[in-house]
Amino acid sequence: MPTEKITMPQLGESVTEGTISSWLVNVGDHVNKYDPITEVMTDKVNAEVPSSFTGVIKELSAAEGDTIAVGDLICYIETEGAQESDSLDEEKEEIAIESEDATSNGESMKKRYSPAVLRIAQENAIDLNDVRGSGRGGRITRKDLEKIISTGEVPIASQAQAITTATDNNIPISNKSDTTSEKESQRGDKEIPVKGIRKVIAQNMVKSKQEIPHAWMTVEVDVTDLVKYRNNVKDSFKINEGFGLTFFAFFVKAVAQALKEYPQLNSMWAGDKIIQKKAINLSIAVAKENELFVPVIKNADDKTIKAIARDIHDLARKARNGKLTSDDMQGGTFTVNNTGTFGSISSMGVINHPQAAILQVESIVKRPVIIDDMFAARDMVNLSLSLDHRILDGLVCGRFLARVKEILENMSDKTMNLY
Amino acid sequence: MPVMTYIQAITTALREEMQRDKKVFILGEDVGKKGGVFRATDGLYEEFGEDRVLDTPLAESAIAGVGIGAAMYGLRPVAEMQFADFIMPAINQIISEAAKMRYRSNNDWSAPITIRAPYGGGVHGALYHSQSVEAIFANQPGLKIVMPSTPYDVKGLLKAAIRDNDPVLFFEHKRAYRLLKGEVPADDYVLPIGKADVKREGEDITVITYGLCVHFALQAAEKLAEDGIDAHILDLRTVYPLDQEAIIEAAKKTGKVLLITEDNKEGSIIGEVAAIIAEHCLFDLDSPIQRLAGPDIPSMPYAPTMEKFFMMNPDKVEKAMRDLAEY
Repeated sequence: MPTEKITMPQLGESVTEGTISSWLVNVGDHVNKYDPITEVMTDKVNAEVPSSFTGVIKELSAAEGDTIAVGDLICYIETEGAQESDSLDEEKEEIAIESEDATSNGESMKKRYSPAVLRIAQENAIDLNDVRGSGRGGRITRKDLEKIISTGEVPIASQAQAITTATDNNIPISNKSDTTSEKESQRGDKEIPVKGIRKVIAQNMVKSKQEIPHAWMTVEVDVTDLVKYRNNVKDSFKINEGFGLTFFAFFVKAVAQALKEYPQLNSMWAGDKIIQKKAINLSIAVAKENELFVPVIKNADDKTIKAIARDIHDLARKARNGKLTSDDMQGGTFTVNNTGTFGSISSMGVINHPQAAILQVESIVKRPVIIDDMFAARDMVNLSLSLDHRILDGLVCGRFLARVKEILENMSDKTMNLY
Repeated sequence: MPVMTYIQAITTALREEMQRDKKVFILGEDVGKKGGVFRATDGLYEEFGEDRVLDTPLAESAIAGVGIGAAMYGLRPVAEMQFADFIMPAINQIISEAAKMRYRSNNDWSAPITIRAPYGGGVHGALYHSQSVEAIFANQPGLKIVMPSTPYDVKGLLKAAIRDNDPVLFFEHKRAYRLLKGEVPADDYVLPIGKADVKREGEDITVITYGLCVHFALQAAEKLAEDGIDAHILDLRTVYPLDQEAIIEAAKKTGKVLLITEDNKEGSIIGEVAAIIAEHCLFDLDSPIQRLAGPDIPSMPYAPTMEKFFMMNPDKVEKAMRDLAEY
């Protein structure tokens, strides 16, 4: 049985309160709607207050002689059924309103800065990316900054950290002391906030370059036979399989095979030890306008050319559609980067931390080459390796590259089955 | 210190000023024998006689006009409009004559008249007994508009209005008459017209308002304090001309400003307050300037539910304050 409140009624125009002169009912009494329950005295009138409900008086909240403001509770009454559906409806309505609020407030306000917040941040050289906001939707409030200044501690609470899964030590990508006037934007300049994937990329790159002593090495590979082979089968492959057969699949295959023979390159630096990974999981770089992803082809050494080609196709599509899962991105042990797509013929990759090396596959170009003292038109490609010199030296890398070169130069319909 | 209601503070101020200065007299509808429909002039007719407490015809233009004329000749009239809603026929006298008298006569003449009027809703007064009319007069240089929120302010400001050498409109919230009680010193004190007053010190949000809404804001602030929200409340007291310095200081203090009026939102006093803050406080603002006001509806409705919808109340104020605090 629902309990209803009876409140002090408005008993005249400028009347704002009334005094209970006497109760006409006791707790437990049954009253009908409109039965008088109490006598109230105001500076203008004396009046009987009728019950607004039929039911049993449950509790008298005011004593005789108490002065109660208009609208304030005077007693509780337990009513019989009927009203229940009303209160349920009300509840539902409330829930509906709440959930609406939740969605409208769900929008992130982290990067919405008020003029006061921007001014205080500039005056005190506070990097707002490092501040955790306490306002609605994570908004940084003026008070948040005033608190930081008064306590003197800028919290390092970067949201991008949550996105990077494996990295735990946070390397700042902006140095607070070097906010010089050169970096102030001029009229007409466009300011692009560093956030999300861009920020993760920046952090990873800085970490890699600061931590890993890079060394570089490039070999030239004659892939004339491979080009011929691939061009012969690519159309029928596309028809049969429904996706394209790229050169990149052959390179990934060759690298996987060579890594099996030179596991030193399939390893990572772990401070006091080097961990040589058993699984050969090849990260491939996929660019999407302003973003760069490195999804992983798992156990590439177990896979046929076709399986690798399909993985590349699937991962690239997922990356472009923003559908990559964290599982797709994890577990890489070595990176193959298809820089040739952009027409590059030489580049120095930044190692995908914490891996030991990255191989840039440059573009295949037809060049005159001397073979047996004769000029020949050959399809040539440069493979550029960046290596972590803590883990690897020139010798093993030279041998690894020579092996990759050997595999690629001997790839043809006779030596390499697509399936 | 004696505790008195808002309306008792008015009667007290009137009586003391009439005792102090023989040039002070009262005129208006039913102000004499009846003592006013709200009893604001209760007992003054008996004490000062019919020459100083004049019952007038139902002609507001004449009440204002006679008052202005008397003021120009050196008297200190206190004219009562029975309801602020009834001031409309007197607008020409107030705006075209009283407000401009000193300026247009090159300082030869002045009109030191005080015009009192009860304004505001919440008393089931509907169309002709509920309006807020301050915005109509709030861009007339030469006029001053005082709207006190406490019995203490009422006494000090009404005395100041009567002693002011130029016309002052003195708007009293009729619902405050018997609702608000407070300590009022028995001595003869005067509060400065044109000065706002901090009614509560706080760090989290700034509420700027006037009249009865100050009371609502204070009530809401006490509730919010339980949740750790600390509100700074500035009472404008004089809504024209505005105390810019105090407004700027209060706005800068927290950077989150809520402006409240019972009047219709568009074109109300608080719009001007918002403009002052926008002009001076941009780099201290931490949220959009918020306005809580009555809806843009022609009049206060009569039906209780509709009146409740229109009227400001502590719940609406609390919700807006909490919302701003969480921003």
